Amino acid sequence: MTRQMTGAKMVVQALKDQGVDTVFGYPGGAVLPIYDEVFQQNDIRHILVRHEQGAVHAAEGYARSTGKPGVVLVTSGPGATNAVTGLADALLDSIPIVVLTGQVPTFMIGSDGFQEADTVGITRPCTKHNWLVKETDALPGVLHQAFHVATTGRPGPVLIDIPKDVQFASGTYTAPPKGSTYRYNPQVKGDMEEITELVAALETAKRPIFYTGGGVINSGPAASQLLRELVDATGAPITSTLMGLGAYPASGKNWLGMLGMHGLYEANMAMHDCDLMINIGARFDDRITGRIDAFSPNSTKAHIDIDPSSINKVIRVDIPIVGDVAHVLEDILKVWKARGRKMNREGLAKWWGKIDEWKKVDCLKFTNSAKTIKPQYALQRLEELTKGRDRYITTEVGQHQMWAAQYLTFDEPNRWMTSGGLGTMGYGFPASIGVQMAHPESLVINVAGEASWLMNMQEMGTAVQFRLPVKQFILNNERLGMVRQWQELLHGERYSHSWSEALPDFVKLAEAFGAKGILCTDPADLDDAIMEMINYDGPVIFDCLVEKHENCFPMIPSGEPHNKMLLGDASTKDAIKEGGAVLV
Amino acid sequence: MNALQIKKGSTKHSAYNLRPTFSDVIETHTLAVLVDNEAGVLARVIGLFSGRGYNIDSLTVAEVDHTGHLSRITIVTRGTPQVIEQIKAQLGRIVPVHEVHDLTVEGPSVERELALLKVSGDGDKRVEALRLADIFRANVVDSTLSSFVFEITGTPEKIDAFADLMRPLGLLEMARTGVAALSRGAR
Repeated sequence: MTRQMTGAKMVVQALKDQGVDTVFGYPGGAVLPIYDEVFQQNDIRHILVRHEQGAVHAAEGYARSTGKPGVVLVTSGPGATNAVTGLADALLDSIPIVVLTGQVPTFMIGSDGFQEADTVGITRPCTKHNWLVKETDALPGVLHQAFHVATTGRPGPVLIDIPKDVQFASGTYTAPPKGSTYRYNPQVKGDMEEITELVAALETAKRPIFYTGGGVINSGPAASQLLRELVDATGAPITSTLMGLGAYPASGKNWLGMLGMHGLYEANMAMHDCDLMINIGARFDDRITGRIDAFSPNSTKAHIDIDPSSINKVIRVDIPIVGDVAHVLEDILKVWKARGRKMNREGLAKWWGKIDEWKKVDCLKFTNSAKTIKPQYALQRLEELTKGRDRYITTEVGQHQMWAAQYLTFDEPNRWMTSGGLGTMGYGFPASIGVQMAHPESLVINVAGEASWLMNMQEMGTAVQFRLPVKQFILNNERLGMVRQWQELLHGERYSHSWSEALPDFVKLAEAFGAKGILCTDPADLDDAIMEMINYDGPVIFDCLVEKHENCFPMIPSGEPHNKMLLGDASTKDAIKEGGAVLV
Repeated sequence: MNALQIKKGSTKHSAYNLRPTFSDVIETHTLAVLVDNEAGVLARVIGLFSGRGYNIDSLTVAEVDHTGHLSRITIVTRGTPQVIEQIKAQLGRIVPVHEVHDLTVEGPSVERELALLKVSGDGDKRVEALRLADIFRANVVDSTLSSFVFEITGTPEKIDAFADLMRPLGLLEMARTGVAALSRGAR
């Protein structure tokens, strides 16, 4: 189907043809023609955010919770630069986002015009790909290709910069091409020789472990299903990164919990002592590996990743498999079954014996209090009172994020949205808005710290305007808790600028926006307060005043390997050595 | 290091050489990168090198296929085998990149660079410069009574050698194109 229309109309038409139902954005001079087209149709909902960073995080929340690409529409100059943090966040966490930015007209580009910025230049290193479209006839092709690039291979954010004269001019619209005609098509099938080698290693391994990441979730629901089948059939233990929580159910019998800097003791010890590590869709991030030269020293390592550049980047592996997780898992299962479903059952039993010993350490235990609310306790109660519900969790970044990962459980993929790679404070609130847009009937909770939450608090306006009943569960310790914790461990307890002074009254703040505020200070009131939050039909700011000096454990101090975990405050003295102090 | 016996070296099926030798020796490699000739593609490649801290010893770029809108970028870079593999994988990830070839490992190849050198002097020095230029098969492309501009083509080492000889004879300035390279043979 081809027909003549303006560039602005092409944008809206292409979004419809790509199956987009929701756009997060903020208007401005250079996108007025597109906003005019948005006004004249009803197929695509536009969610007006209060800051462009919020638009991108909301789109990320939408994308992570649905598996579909999130779409953002913002203006030139400051509109585009405000979106940069969201782009960088989506790039590091491999989230498919399509960002459309307005630009000054082509004849003004390079003249330092009003609200002009070199948007493709600024966003080149923080997008998977970007385009400046200088001719209206080229626009539909680029729009369709943008969705292809964002969602194919390792997903990521893309940006299309559209000058205002290109939006006004008419051109020929073309519908999305049928079938894949694009040159950009990364390999999805794994190499069978490598897969067979991996199965052979799996059959004889005495101490195997699956180490999974966000790639399993990005690969789609089939990947999670196949992972469950493989793990349960082989009987090997499984741990996951922060990004991969929910791919294998937390209630599953082989689940060890999250690994990494604030991961569970049993998961990290098992990673250190294993003889076969199977990395599925994770990337040996520094939060996971700890000290590289002491990382799992005696294991054969296999790595399944759709992005060849992830393989051998940080950790040299023995069995590299380039491919999509679902495709590769399917082949692994096929080969393993065809070869007679063999495992070293004797070795595996001993391995589980060792793991059970580590589990007895009970690394998540904490000293509760009858007087003050411990953040861990608050999350335990939140978990207990929301478990089994149709629940989605987003988080901000810091201690609360790690506690949420430790104490909340996820039995399904796409239920946990957090800024893993970039660690963006201010991510969780707008993300919860995006999730709620995609799942209007579900319970969406943003587990937050007060400092992170304030970074994008303007989005209360969005939540109230669009009647999005997002629950802002703020663990308020009046501190930048994680910064404070590092200053305690590393900088002689000199707490430089890590406390929250002049905090707002969160209940009044909620009311000022037309939402509900709940204050909870007493552990005895916590359950009722949480139930009040859940049962309220509308956005809620839950100000949960928690213990101010609680540290997040267990912890691998920076510069140390997995088997040198700190389990509590008593073990922290001089835990971080000189070499570790330069790491973040 | 490994508990299980796994063979090393790339597999014949894999498109990527994912099993580099475990060496920390710095190697120099010449990469040929075929890209869409579109705005910003060179910035993407250069940005990758600067953003990830890789070295560029030399870089050339020009359109080589007008109908296909393809440009060829030739990069000479240095790093350990792991870094070189990472550079190739990162280049392959750039959307408008069609092919990445490591001419250093993919069989014999030829490398050429062109340089222009301005040499000023008179008397014996001028005669000696002209004599050496003849030995190096450099052409005189500009001449005044007190200067020459030489054009020389060859490997970077040959140009280095020529420049070293010209320096005491009055080398004023030099412009180099960077390395262009092709694999030998019919393929």
